[in-house]
Amino acid sequence: MQKYSVFSLIKNSLSGHRNWDVAWKDPTPKKEYEVIIIGGGGHGLATAYYLAKEHKITNVAIIEKGWIGGGNVGRNTTIIRSNFMYDANARFNEFGMNLWRNLSQELNFNVMFSPRGIINLAHSDAQMNAYARRGNSMRLNGIDAVLLNREEVKKIIPQADFSEDVRFPIFGGLMQPSAGTARHDGVAWGYARQADAMGVDIIQHCEVTGFDIQQGKITGVRTSKGNIKSKKVGICVAGSTNILAEKLNMSLPIETHVLQACVSEPIKPLLDGVVTFGAGHFYISQSDKGEMVMGGDLDGYNSYAQRGNLPTIQHVLTGGLAVFPFLSRLKMLRTWGGIMDMSMDGSPIIDKTHIEGLYLNCGWCYGGFKSTPVSGWTFAHTIAQDRVHELNSELSLNRFSTGHLLDEKGIGTKTWIG
Amino acid sequence: MLHIKCPYCGIRSQKEFAYGGDATVKRPKLNSEVSDKEWDDFVYMRKSPRGKHTELWHHISGCRQWFKAQRDTVTHEIFKTAKINEEIK
Repeated sequence: MQKYSVFSLIKNSLSGHRNWDVAWKDPTPKKEYEVIIIGGGGHGLATAYYLAKEHKITNVAIIEKGWIGGGNVGRNTTIIRSNFMYDANARFNEFGMNLWRNLSQELNFNVMFSPRGIINLAHSDAQMNAYARRGNSMRLNGIDAVLLNREEVKKIIPQADFSEDVRFPIFGGLMQPSAGTARHDGVAWGYARQADAMGVDIIQHCEVTGFDIQQGKITGVRTSKGNIKSKKVGICVAGSTNILAEKLNMSLPIETHVLQACVSEPIKPLLDGVVTFGAGHFYISQSDKGEMVMGGDLDGYNSYAQRGNLPTIQHVLTGGLAVFPFLSRLKMLRTWGGIMDMSMDGSPIIDKTHIEGLYLNCGWCYGGFKSTPVSGWTFAHTIAQDRVHELNSELSLNRFSTGHLLDEKGIGTKTWIG
Repeated sequence: MLHIKCPYCGIRSQKEFAYGGDATVKRPKLNSEVSDKEWDDFVYMRKSPRGKHTELWHHISGCRQWFKAQRDTVTHEIFKTAKINEEIK
């Protein structure tokens, strides 16, 4: 593999950039692999990378129905954070933060991880108390959390609406200074390129149509490019999880919903961190290109559409205008949707299944991007060792029946209001 | 914008309605022995089909009645709606 550096850039510029190596190959599937990963999104690519790097398992295929990085890893609002209250989620995601910090160097690909901080705004005394509690929980897990009062928030985001007579005045906020953003498609490409270099086969435009199971053990998958054998198969398909579960005759504590995001026209630098509105569901950051990147609520009914409806965009941006009135003067550039595997408690599932050799990575709701490295890392461990790692031991499939839920928001099973 | 036909009021805009989830989920019978698995299936397990989905809607800013709708989860086409005690096939 050709290393990317300033020298290789200069060298290739002299030959008009016509001699770069391909970033990953386009192989025809082999008859059998040691591990098959279904889903070439961020999590699937990261899983394959860590299988090769940490567990020296390189006879791996990633099977992707469309093209790699064409799903949620390229559709999210790129926010990376670990501001969780529950120990299991906090430890898991803080481990991920450490992977993020070295990711560009490790992958030799600039994922543009930018720890610019996130502020969750509070609009009542009760919310300040709740944030104080969450901040304390975070600090006990070694995560940086700063409780800001109104004046401190104003110093950081003076462009927000600090008038007294608004419906939801800003009381303060909880900040995680080490949170940030990254270049999401770069993450997919970086993982793909390194996984390919270590021998992983990335098979695109290949749909899984069924599973071969004998005596409770997985023996392979059926695909649009023929049957492929493997004793270990990992499912990592986000919003398509229920479709594959149906082929396996499995019920899962997951519903699929569409989440929209949007960007404004690019403007000069105005907002240097990530801000969330606390009285509605709205979050915003500014991309390096200058666009305001925004998102919020799900469309609110089961959907596989990968596109949304305008009432939700209008509703989300109404929340946005409450915090940042300047947004009303911006033109909207694009809106788009992605389909989310909404779990019944809002936390993910990385676990074995009742079928031997079949592993499940799902339930990311609308927060999967930030966990891409740690999801891949722990899923690779779970597959390679055939047992869960301590980090994902509580992200289990059976926690719903045993009552060990990780309901971070405490909203119960109404996934569509998540 | 979805246009939803309330079985009581007729076609109205989506903004008048609240969603209520999968209508095919059946609560275990009251006053009967319920296994953990049955309860688990009722509370948490969902098929979430790609295609036809029978679901509950609440005409919350209208007549305030709950009803059922059969909708396509890809195209969002609503095939039919029915009162809560009526079957949708």
